[in-house]
Amino acid sequence: MRRPAQAHVPAAAMAPPVSSVGALRWLRENLFSTPLNIALTLGCGYLLYLIIPPLVEWMVLDAVWVAGSRNHCRELGSGACWAIITTRIDSFIYGNYPPSERWRADLTFILLLAALVPILFDRVPGRARWLAFSLAYPLIAYFLLVGGLGLPEVETARFGGFLLTLVIGVTGIAASLPLGILLALGRQSDLFVVRIFCVGFIEFIRGVPLIVLLFIASTLLNYFLPPGTSFNLLVRVLIMVTLFSAAYLAEVVRGGLQAIPNGQYEAADSLGLSYWKSMRLIVLPQALKISIPGIVNSFISLYKDTTLVIIIGLLDPLGIGRATLSDAAWHGLSTEVYVFIALFFFICCFSMSRYSLYLERKLHTGH
Amino acid sequence: MAAIERPAETFRVSDLWTNQRSRGVLIQIIALVLLLSFVGWIVNNTVQNLRDLGVDAGYGFLWDPASYDINQTLIDYTSRSSHARAAVVGFLNTLLVAFCGIIFASLLGFVAGVLRLSPNWLVAKLMTVYVEFTRNVPVLLQILLWYGIVVNTLPHPRDAAEPVAGFFLSNRGFYLPRPEFGASAWLIGVALLAAIAFAVWFAARAKRMQSETGRIYPVLSVSLAAIVTLPVVAYFAAGQPITLDWPEIKGFNFAGGFALKPEFFALWFALSVYTGAFIAEIVRGGILSVSHGQTEAAYALGLKPNWTMRLVVLPQALRVIIPPLISQYLNLTKNSSLAIAVGYMDLTATIGRISLNQTGRALECMSIVLAVYLLISLLISAFMNWYNSRVRLVER
Amino acid sequence: MKKHLLMIAAGSMVAGFASLADAATIDDVKAKGFLQCGINTGLVGFAFQDDAGEWQGFDVDFCKAVAAAVFGDASKLKYTPLTGANRFEALKSGEVDVLSRNTTWTFSRDVDLALTFVGVNYYDGQGFIVPKSLGVASATELGGASVCIQTGTTTELNLADYFRANGMEYEPVPIETNEEAQSNYLAGRCDVYTTDRSGLAATRASLENPDDHLVLPEIISKEPLGPLVRQGDDHWADVARWTLNVLILAEEYGINQGNVEELAGGATDQPEINRMLGTEGEYGAMLGLERNWVVNVIKAVGNYGEIFDRWIGPETAIGLDRGANALYTEAGGILYSPPYR
Repeated sequence: MRRPAQAHVPAAAMAPPVSSVGALRWLRENLFSTPLNIALTLGCGYLLYLIIPPLVEWMVLDAVWVAGSRNHCRELGSGACWAIITTRIDSFIYGNYPPSERWRADLTFILLLAALVPILFDRVPGRARWLAFSLAYPLIAYFLLVGGLGLPEVETARFGGFLLTLVIGVTGIAASLPLGILLALGRQSDLFVVRIFCVGFIEFIRGVPLIVLLFIASTLLNYFLPPGTSFNLLVRVLIMVTLFSAAYLAEVVRGGLQAIPNGQYEAADSLGLSYWKSMRLIVLPQALKISIPGIVNSFISLYKDTTLVIIIGLLDPLGIGRATLSDAAWHGLSTEVYVFIALFFFICCFSMSRYSLYLERKLHTGH
Repeated sequence: MAAIERPAETFRVSDLWTNQRSRGVLIQIIALVLLLSFVGWIVNNTVQNLRDLGVDAGYGFLWDPASYDINQTLIDYTSRSSHARAAVVGFLNTLLVAFCGIIFASLLGFVAGVLRLSPNWLVAKLMTVYVEFTRNVPVLLQILLWYGIVVNTLPHPRDAAEPVAGFFLSNRGFYLPRPEFGASAWLIGVALLAAIAFAVWFAARAKRMQSETGRIYPVLSVSLAAIVTLPVVAYFAAGQPITLDWPEIKGFNFAGGFALKPEFFALWFALSVYTGAFIAEIVRGGILSVSHGQTEAAYALGLKPNWTMRLVVLPQALRVIIPPLISQYLNLTKNSSLAIAVGYMDLTATIGRISLNQTGRALECMSIVLAVYLLISLLISAFMNWYNSRVRLVER
Repeated sequence: MKKHLLMIAAGSMVAGFASLADAATIDDVKAKGFLQCGINTGLVGFAFQDDAGEWQGFDVDFCKAVAAAVFGDASKLKYTPLTGANRFEALKSGEVDVLSRNTTWTFSRDVDLALTFVGVNYYDGQGFIVPKSLGVASATELGGASVCIQTGTTTELNLADYFRANGMEYEPVPIETNEEAQSNYLAGRCDVYTTDRSGLAATRASLENPDDHLVLPEIISKEPLGPLVRQGDDHWADVARWTLNVLILAEEYGINQGNVEELAGGATDQPEINRMLGTEGEYGAMLGLERNWVVNVIKAVGNYGEIFDRWIGPETAIGLDRGANALYTEAGGILYSPPYR
């Protein structure tokens, strides 16, 4: 007799082995897969155990945030004496900017953030008009910070701290990008004189350390000007920093220009576009898109190099830190000062590199 | 067929801006004129300024006594030596820190770059933290941090640490015994050169024999054996001409021996760690640029992972790694000019700072510093161009 | 053809702008409306920033005196803090009009660097400071020591000469500023710090435990410190020189901030005072300044003695005695100004 067909009901699935799902699986694959890996993991774990807890204790748990002097700090706790930063935070941010005019520096900073938004992000409403504001921002910032037009004048020797870093960094970045693009175009131009000059300029600037150029700016540049005139030290530094960054940017953009297939140039020519039109509409958009990682790297380097101005006597955050340390009340706290400034730069530069990754992903079109 | 007669090219004034070629020539003439007048203006201003100040320009001051002392010198130098000698001392110091920095940075960079690709999550993340943190903090800050650490943690010479008998570590420097070369020490140098020549010849011969017969010769062990034993034999044969000048504590500091100052260490560590992070990124990029198919094919052929990396991946990765690597070496050399921040006497510090201030000859001293750095970078760039042209993949 | 054109263009165009006449510094300063003064980046007692961020000190008061001389108002003044390394370039290039930065008057600075010293406002000498724990009582026992030394100064050269003359070795630890020297000295990187004795007194006063440190008795050099101006402008040098001289003369004749107004009110029975304060003669006009320029100067900063006592005198933390810086009429003093006539 044939048994009636029964639908086969599979038994309930057993749970997978514990060590092959979830956290345990991840641990096994990533940390403990081979004997070498186990050794490395244990070694690193031990290293972290040696470093992290004392570091956290020193920086946060035992740290003193408010005190009147270093001795006062020592009485209150054995960790980092952040009180030196909190008491002198105004100097670190504004330098010697007159206290009554500090609202101008604050306003400049807020307007800077506002001016950056349409440049960095392209899905903002009213972008066109906003960009016009960004274009006018340098002029607005100049009058706000330096004075004139009804606002009392503040001499640039008073700029210091993070205000100075921002001024040099933002001015350098904004001014060196167009100059760098022009230099890159000039370097591969057909015109002999222009090409020789651009190559010579770029190779000269790239061959010399920035600190030597800054020395030249502070000692020799005044000899090159007519007798009796002299530029402000800050203006000279801005000029040097811009020229320096433009030379490096030129190399980055040149790499981008060379990566564009010859066909693009030829197609632009065959359409009858003039040199500048083909550059503006066809070549540069593609070249700049390719060179964005390099350009942002250049900007990050420029921003970090602003600390070098301490060697020629401008009061960047390091200079303010040194001046604060020379006060007898705060002597000996150099580690706290350096760590604080390092954290500031890390946050700024890391954000810039994250933004560059975001930009790369957004513009990725298969290059 | 009769030749076609081309109308003679006449030149019209309107050609200056319509005809592309003549426009190009016009622009070049204008650019040249502007450039020359700019240069002429600057030169005129400089001459006028110097004349007003009553300063006479000239390099004669280089042979005057420098009158200042330098704490770390590779050659003999006293305060009676000339400014030119001080400049040479500075230059050698720059080369010393650049050389040591390049070696250490490459080691650190390669290890960190390879470890960043490790399958061990913890190690990869640690290396990422190292690279990201070091790349985003200014190098001057790192130099000052390292200097603070070195000066504050090392002991006073009276309590100096002695890791190996005769080598002392204190906050005045790391003191090593200095070898003094006797009269017949040149024999050892000759033996060393001979050993190196032999090693090179042996390596070339072994390569040729391998491609002809397939036999592999132990090149590394034979070369090492030659380089070690030949000079040692020469040393004993020449009657042990090298004596060591041991450092001893005398009063405040150590006397004798050869000292590496804390400034040197701070600069060396900071530059190596900083440049090592960039090299790690370059190495990682280079290794990632080799298509995974290569690794898979090598595995399919039965090559062990170690051999795959050494024989298949690294040679291809090196082609991508070397150009940016060399430019990082150049950056390290240029960053060594920050030595002035910690008081290490490199080229910029001796002739560019102290000699400049004591003699007031800003133009001459700065021109020397510029010339030396330009020479170094142009040499390195030329080398890089030569290397690039040799290994470049020829594209159609 | 292209190349020929270029060469012709190049050969025919070399710019030569007519050189401008020597600009007189005092006219420039008056046109600017303020005096640009070069000072130290920070030396307790001589040039430092107080809590309000204003510059004060012994050298700063000389700047104020010159500004008061030229403008009648000591506030028409801007400061440029300069390190030992860039001070001379700043003066030579015109970035500052006068340099008042405890600078030693030497032959090479006067002649080779082409600068003009207008006088000495502090007679000093170079010395050493050591921690008492080192157990050293004299500079001749410093053989083999590590010495913190500011680069670009005469102290650097004097140090080399002194140790060589005494047959001693030493390790120079170069530093840029006083703060760096202090932190290296306190960290033990160097055993000794050497600079002018006035700087040593200032440093010692700013240390946590001044009594743990000893200034050694040897004075190894002459350090006449004074203000300077660029060479080539004699008129401006005269202005600066006589500003310094009237400060000394004022103390010699008993004119101070308290009584200068009263003494200038009418002719006194001391002809020198009358000439200085403008009640007699046209001396101010000879310098191109106001008739009562000395009154403005003394009102602004006081006489030399007042300036000294205010910033570095025995009552201050620095605690320096007048010593050689007393008037020639005192014992041991050598401050002597030419007469105002």
